[in-house]
Amino acid sequence: MRPFTYERVDSATAAIAAFGAGAVGAASERQYLAGGTTLIDLMKLDVMRPQTVIDINALDRTALGRVETNDQGLRLGALAHMSEVADHPVIKRDYPMIAQSLELAASPQIRNMATLGGNVLQRTRCPYFRDVSYAECNKRIPGSGCAALDGFNRSHAVLGVSDACIATYPGDFGQALIALDAMVELRGRNGDRKLPFGALHRPPGGNPEIETALLPGEIITGFAIAAAPWLRRSLYLKIRDRQSYEFALASAAIALDMGKNQIVQEVRIALGGVASVPWRARSAERALQGRRLNEQTARAAADTAFADANPHEHNLFKVGLGKRTLVRALLQAATMEL
Amino acid sequence: MAADAAPEPKANMGQPVPRLDARLKVTGEARYAADFPVGNPAYAFLVTSAIAKGRIIRLDTESARAVPGVLDILTQDNTAELKEVKFGSGGASTSIQKLGPEIAHDGQIIAMVVADTFEAAREAAYKVKATYAEDKPSATFGDEGLKEEDATKVSERHKHVPKVGDADAALASADVLVDAEYGTPTQHHNPIELFATTCVWNGGQLTIYEPTQFVYGLKNSLAKKMDVAPENVRAISPYVGGAFGSKGQFTPRTGLVALAAKKLNRPVKLVVTRDQGFTTATYRAETRHHIRLGARRDGKITGYSHEGWEITSRPDAYVVAGVEDSARIYGFGAVQTKVNAVHADRNTPGFMRSPPVVPYIYALESAMDELAARLAIDPVELRRINDTMHDPITGKPYSSRSLMRCYDEAAKAFDWSRRNPEPRSMRDGDWFIGLGCATAVYPTHVGPAAARVRMLANGEVQVQIAAHEIGNGAYTVIGQMAAERLGVPLSSVKVELGDSSLPPAPVAGGSNTTASACSAVLKACDAIRVRLARSVATTDRGRAAGFAADNGQEMRADLFRRLGVGAIEEYAEFIPRGGKPDAVKQLYAGQVAMTGGPNGEKLMYAFGAEFVEVRINALTREIRVPRIVGAFAAGRLMNTRTARSQYMGGMIWGISSALHEATEIDKARARYVNDNLADYLVPVNADIDRVEVILVPEEDHEVNPAGVKGIGELANVGTAAAVANAVYHAIGIRIRELPIRIEKLLDA
Ligand SMILES: Cc1cc2nc3c(=O)[nH]c(=O)nc-3n(C[C@H](O)[C@H](O)[C@H](O)COP(=O)(O)OP(=O)(O)OC[C@H]3O[C@@H](n4cnc5c(N)ncnc54)[C@H](O)[C@@H]3O)c2cc1C
Ligand code: SF4
Repeated sequence: MRPFTYERVDSATAAIAAFGAGAVGAASERQYLAGGTTLIDLMKLDVMRPQTVIDINALDRTALGRVETNDQGLRLGALAHMSEVADHPVIKRDYPMIAQSLELAASPQIRNMATLGGNVLQRTRCPYFRDVSYAECNKRIPGSGCAALDGFNRSHAVLGVSDACIATYPGDFGQALIALDAMVELRGRNGDRKLPFGALHRPPGGNPEIETALLPGEIITGFAIAAAPWLRRSLYLKIRDRQSYEFALASAAIALDMGKNQIVQEVRIALGGVASVPWRARSAERALQGRRLNEQTARAAADTAFADANPHEHNLFKVGLGKRTLVRALLQAATMEL
Repeated sequence: MAADAAPEPKANMGQPVPRLDARLKVTGEARYAADFPVGNPAYAFLVTSAIAKGRIIRLDTESARAVPGVLDILTQDNTAELKEVKFGSGGASTSIQKLGPEIAHDGQIIAMVVADTFEAAREAAYKVKATYAEDKPSATFGDEGLKEEDATKVSERHKHVPKVGDADAALASADVLVDAEYGTPTQHHNPIELFATTCVWNGGQLTIYEPTQFVYGLKNSLAKKMDVAPENVRAISPYVGGAFGSKGQFTPRTGLVALAAKKLNRPVKLVVTRDQGFTTATYRAETRHHIRLGARRDGKITGYSHEGWEITSRPDAYVVAGVEDSARIYGFGAVQTKVNAVHADRNTPGFMRSPPVVPYIYALESAMDELAARLAIDPVELRRINDTMHDPITGKPYSSRSLMRCYDEAAKAFDWSRRNPEPRSMRDGDWFIGLGCATAVYPTHVGPAAARVRMLANGEVQVQIAAHEIGNGAYTVIGQMAAERLGVPLSSVKVELGDSSLPPAPVAGGSNTTASACSAVLKACDAIRVRLARSVATTDRGRAAGFAADNGQEMRADLFRRLGVGAIEEYAEFIPRGGKPDAVKQLYAGQVAMTGGPNGEKLMYAFGAEFVEVRINALTREIRVPRIVGAFAAGRLMNTRTARSQYMGGMIWGISSALHEATEIDKARARYVNDNLADYLVPVNADIDRVEVILVPEEDHEVNPAGVKGIGELANVGTAAAVANAVYHAIGIRIRELPIRIEKLLDA
């Protein structure tokens, strides 16, 4: 860690003012500090070197830390902690996918510290990104190359990758948000705006250093999820190397509205652990729409979801595992007792 | 739960008294190396290489020196006065000791920054810039540029291989033959306490606080490194926060800290970061095995051939050569073995919990299961058929061996009889169920040791011995031995350990501590008893010598009165049977020679049997371990609570080896990739379910006076094979390379 200036602000306006103009996103010399479980970690590793850290934890929690549920749907304040949302009785009952995606992430200690806003902005676990002694990492040093391409790439992505970067988006909650068409609420220098969650993250392309569509100094204030008939029959299945405190090798977020005879009225599918950004598997959704959900159709949908997979030396298994995970999640959703 | 934690002692077992240091440890009062307060310390931070092979062309320290508070930066240019300490001598691990210009492995120390604060040292360390000329490194098996050598030609420790009969002929004519290759990965010990060193010079006297498994080794090696007389160095390490072998060897950082402290004339403190610990200390090297096991139809093994390959550094021929042990454990018939050292561009590996047997017994016990399957004989019965009370190589008898009793007790507790031998035959809904077992074995080591015991007339006892508390319960069992021998309650005994100003004990390695230290303490205690007994008329001596047993207090006070002294102090040196007469002198000089295992007149080994249940998801193939049962017999147990805890921890470690642990290597760059505790996987609570320990009574008076076999490295042996065997039973796939990860189970 290098020396930095610490500022604490008590309103979003003050935070945005303190941030000033500056560069976008992760490379910025200014960073907001929420739970700090990503930011401080990366500062200790010397990966992120902000000169100013602006603590936003004192921002009005009634607006930014609240969980609101009503007939219209759900609104989650960006400063709400992962643990509060995971334990919320209404979310557990009516939005099980959301509660599970949070509950199955990290550890209780981290979930108590970490906020939802920080969570969706967590950065890749690519070991070459997280260790500054590697000279090649396009995400850290644009144009330097990608050590993972010929390195140890077991944890890397097979979907949405580019020649410049194959890093995995490691988060779980983001899969729930993208599956449920959540909207992200933002506040910036030019006022408030909303963005579909699917437009927040950018696939690496030729510029893996640019990870989101956030403008300089923009604060995430919350997430909104509209009520829908598929929410109760929803789940998050996470497959990993150990049973807790570990990122996904593959995961699937499923929300299902099933009619008579197992006919799929509507299905929402997102995949984690296998893609460069939160990943909506729309082709798999289309493959199931109006069909009967059984092992055969689930397998066909899974094949579609991974049709464009681009694996490397050590992560080839993620294609097979990702499909199996999706099949298991779909069948599990179909048999959920409501 | 409480009753589980403190098992009722059976025959030849000591009381389950709680650890003497338990409260100190859980309240944070126990002082670990980096906790010792020293006056006005400066802080050090290492800079390590970003390449595995090549040369430093330029080392730019200018902007680092400009960081406020920086006092000094040690580099290749200002450390020439440090002497070489050769690999192997006093447990030194080298690979490379100079800070450059040659780079011989990933993460080699190339500089050390010293500053007024930790923060300044760290910031400056980030600003040291090295430019390299990089050569293509060889990382591990399968790479170009490795050098392979017959270990007997180059290794200090492994001079000959066990061999008997004509194994090739026996294998050629066997009814059934298993011919298979196995592999184990690199592993790092990752004790929670990081590698820390603090050095304080006081005139010509150097005091070092460093977590170590061998204070006398550290003292002597450091003296050599600094070119001072050993009596001018004192090593202090009363508690070690986990070691597992990683803190037994003298490594390059230590001399740098001592030198910096000398140059600055100020105490210097270094705590090596977790990732730097992966490359500046030692590790368990990856191994490969080729096993051929031949048997008659009735299950009798007729031939066993085992060739091993072990990765090591370029300069040092470190091998664990576990064939020394694996070749003894069944009545094999003909045996042939070979071990190869495979040199790569890596740091030098070193001891890690049960070094020789973990990889070699994993391979053998996997092959045993394959043989049982081929013969359609129950795996437990196959062990019974080939059980032996004699060394198949030399014919020497075992001093004691209770392997089959362990199997029988564990099998019963585990309900092994429910097992349908057909793979993939047992299922619970979406989960395949598999049951597997394997043998645990560990050579019984004992080394020379010296102890000083002082007893006061009021029954207070002070025990001094430079043994090591590495989580093994040394304070407690050594105290128990003195209390028992001198007939006083444990609460009257004060034990001092981990300081080179005390009489020496061997390195806390090879699970010898309890045997060696307790034997020396026992000898000193007995000398006290003899002195007390001499104070009375000959006819009363028998009774007096037994003062411990009966109404102790009064008689003791009376004996002290007769002697006319308030205290008796005895210093005793213990040399195990087969040890050299100057063994204690050598120990003072930091050299330790252990006896036992296959080397004496009798084979000395502890045994156990482990049974594992796994569940594997039919679709996604995650592996769960709902239950593991282990039964172990290891001579006298000093304390059933600490023994159970060792066994339980060992089995969990074994599950970890089977399913989780591996240091991943970037083959193109010969660098460790997952060098942190988030990515280096060990099981979390959710991964460990029921762990059951059965203590099997065993008596053995030949191993050493204390009757103790080491247990710290027994229970993690064989576990990985038991898990792999259970996985095969569950799903019909034989995994011959550890760890068993999901990707290995998807194609079936
Ligand atoms: C060991 C470990 C294991 C983990 N395992 C998992 C796992 O299994 N699954 C999983 O999903 N996650 C996991 N995580 C990641 C964890 O969930 C994230 O670190 C956490 O959610 C980040 O939230 P935070 O509030 O601490 O963010 P911070 O670290 O405070 O912030 C992260 C980034 O977001 C920015 N930021 C924060 N809040 C806002 C806001 N409101 N508006 C704009 N910018 C903002 C910050 O400037 C910073 O750049 C793990 C983390 C660790 C350390
Ligand atoms: S995968 Fe991306 S993050 Fe990882 S090394 Fe390559 S460019 Fe960097």
